[in-house]
Amino acid sequence: MTNKIKEFNIVIVGVGGQGLLTMLQIVAEAALLNGYEVRTSELHGLAQRGGSVEVHIRFGEKIFSPLVSAQRADLVIALESQEALRAGYFASTKTKFLLNQHIIPIPLAKALTAEEILTSLRKISKDVNLIPASEICRKAVATDVVAGIYLLGVSVFKKILPLEEDALIFAIKKIIPEKYLELNLKALNLAKS
Amino acid sequence: MKDILLDKPGKKIILLGNEAIVRGALELGVEFVSTYPGTPASEIGNTFFKLSQDKEYKEYFEFSVNEKTALEAAIGASFSGLKTLVAMKNFGVNVCLDALMPFVYTGTKGPTVIVVADDPSCHSSAQSEENSRGFANLAHIPILEPADPQECKDFLKLAFQISEKFKIPIILRTTTRVNHQRMPVQLGKIAQLNLVAGEFIKNPQQFVTLPPRVLEMKKELLEKIEKIRAFAENSSVNLIDGGRTSINKKAGIITSGVSYLNVKEALKELDLDLPILKLGFFYPLPEQKIKTFLRGLKKVLIVEELEPYLENEVARLAKEANCKLEVVGKKLLPEIGELKPEIIISAIAKFTNYKLKSMNFRSSPRFATACVIGNWKSKIPQRSPQFCPGCSYWSVVSAIKKSVDPAKVIFGGDIGCYMLFGTPAIGMQDYLSCMGSSIGIAHGIKKALRLGSGQADSQKLITFIGDSTFLHAGIPALINTIFNKSNPLIIILDNQTTAMTGHQPNPAMATKINSEYKFGFTDPDFSAKGDGCQPAIIIEDIVRACGVKNLKVIDPIKQEEFVSAIKEFLEKEEVSVIIARRMCVLFAKSLK
Ligand SMILES: Cc1ncc(C[n+]2csc(CCOP(=O)(O)OP(=O)(O)O)c2C)c(N)n1
Ligand code: SF4
Repeated sequence: MTNKIKEFNIVIVGVGGQGLLTMLQIVAEAALLNGYEVRTSELHGLAQRGGSVEVHIRFGEKIFSPLVSAQRADLVIALESQEALRAGYFASTKTKFLLNQHIIPIPLAKALTAEEILTSLRKISKDVNLIPASEICRKAVATDVVAGIYLLGVSVFKKILPLEEDALIFAIKKIIPEKYLELNLKALNLAKS
Repeated sequence: MKDILLDKPGKKIILLGNEAIVRGALELGVEFVSTYPGTPASEIGNTFFKLSQDKEYKEYFEFSVNEKTALEAAIGASFSGLKTLVAMKNFGVNVCLDALMPFVYTGTKGPTVIVVADDPSCHSSAQSEENSRGFANLAHIPILEPADPQECKDFLKLAFQISEKFKIPIILRTTTRVNHQRMPVQLGKIAQLNLVAGEFIKNPQQFVTLPPRVLEMKKELLEKIEKIRAFAENSSVNLIDGGRTSINKKAGIITSGVSYLNVKEALKELDLDLPILKLGFFYPLPEQKIKTFLRGLKKVLIVEELEPYLENEVARLAKEANCKLEVVGKKLLPEIGELKPEIIISAIAKFTNYKLKSMNFRSSPRFATACVIGNWKSKIPQRSPQFCPGCSYWSVVSAIKKSVDPAKVIFGGDIGCYMLFGTPAIGMQDYLSCMGSSIGIAHGIKKALRLGSGQADSQKLITFIGDSTFLHAGIPALINTIFNKSNPLIIILDNQTTAMTGHQPNPAMATKINSEYKFGFTDPDFSAKGDGCQPAIIIEDIVRACGVKNLKVIDPIKQEEFVSAIKEFLEKEEVSVIIARRMCVLFAKSLK
């Protein structure tokens, strides 16, 4: 990579079980491959049972903290649209948002509409993108467990996430177990079209 | 996972803090490992467990019944000369403290390290925001504090060296952001283990703590600590960093663990260069090194999470070294919750009178003013975790709701997935404390309700306890209800695994799982389920042996049977137990 980034901060949010840890591992491996220092932070525990999940990935020339500071996210990826609002804490005018157009209702609460979510987030940043990743994946490969991979693909192909395509593919091959690899690579390809 | 065994010394691979601890243990040739699961330490045991399933794996590994038996096993291994590692979360130290105190007195034979994981902000801890640093002065046990996965591996090795040299157990204290941090870690060579059986050589002089010898031992221990302090004075893990280009050489920072990384981040953000003393040793502290650091300063900021243990020590040392020094810590930093980078940025800014407004924030001016503590409040309600779809605990809830009016019954809670009984939607948890306490507290409540009236109490009480938790600390409490005669209804939620911490095996789980078993069954005769299905411990046998007469083993999906058992047992004058047995669906899925 010729143009080295000084520092890049990503926060991925979603709901337990959506595969955030896998995404974190893939981005971390790709960043290492592209010659960056990288640190990540994740939380374990009740994650598998539908609570909010938030993971942090930082890479660049020199990275100290494993945590993204308030307002310092360059990119927020939300696998569930409402969860993007929680990540507002990490966002500034410069933050790019990629939201999966996918709502998982919160028990006892009225689900927010995509419009409401976008309006709130656009008060922070103009760069808020709603992408029907779940729907696209369900249509093409009959499952949306790979929606996260699709979004990673979009962010690399559109140069929102400054990592090389080859590095991403290599990382996916390294992290994803053999039997799910084909499915994941298909999802990645979908992001290209 | 397979990376952990990668034999390429010098190569850097991305590891989780907990994986780096395992890798470090393999590199230094650990021979004996025991643990009881608890987040954020769980992946240490999980990784060893996975490794131990392989025939090639030679080291001894066990999931013990609780942290006390884990430590006691380790003490036995150490007394027999083995290189020994124990891992637990902070609450585990409370459970094993009784064994830990004398172990520090006797000291080790084989070097021994205890990994203790704290959880500031209680990301995965129900019961308190416990700071294990408190055990240092209580038990006189040396504590090292790594900041990241690389240091987890390096400090583990150092801890074993110190243990070997000074014949004392060492605590490697981590926090969630260290255990669950990933970064590239430089690999060393995996030790070629030439395992020989341990050897217990009688030596009551060392291994028996009894007065008057025990007081001599204390004296020897205190002398050891001073020797380790001298070692710490020269150790490179207590290092001074930064401050060389600083114009303002009068302000410095003392910190340790992950806070060090956040301090570095904060200084980068503020474009400041202050001298930092990073302490790898929390106990014993390198007092001379600290005093030397303090001498050149006008003020020092102590950046530590939770209680001001370090700040108090520095204040004490400052009196001797530099009595005019201003020691600042909890005045600017919270005592509750983890110290996120932005909290430290704000504290350092105040400490150095840095004008935050002049900061080159990348955010809009509107947000910049409120920026440092990041005051964004999202408008969406909290998304609490829920039982997995198909979880047998749903059936438990529904059977109870069919049997009683929940508003009129007292519900005891305990530690495990079933803590979710306390969520507003279910509302069946009136108290919650530590592992195993649901039964002990139930007994106290039932006795209290009866006091003076001379008649049976009118208020019913149902307590829940998981299989792992029952075996961990519930059995003595059950015996107490028999011995001292109280009558709670205890429902043991036997889902055949330690679910909440990641589905670790426990003694009541079948050693081999057949298909019938997976779908849950109520037949107490495990052996009828086919070859090798018998668990090591059959919970109903224990309950019966404790003297419980009212006992039923029920599959919770059989609602009628469950409801009639609850109704019947709530009328009893003696304690009753229902074992609700059905495998955790998530665990069952993972077995496919
Ligand atoms: C002393 C102590 N050790 C470990 C833990 C961590 N911990 C929380 S829940 C849990 C497991 C509970 O298992 P079980 O009782 O079988 O309930 P399940 O999660 O399967 O429903 C453990 C070990 C703790 N809270 N306290
Ligand atoms: S992990 Fe198992 S016990 Fe816990 S909620 Fe899910 S199915 Fe139930």
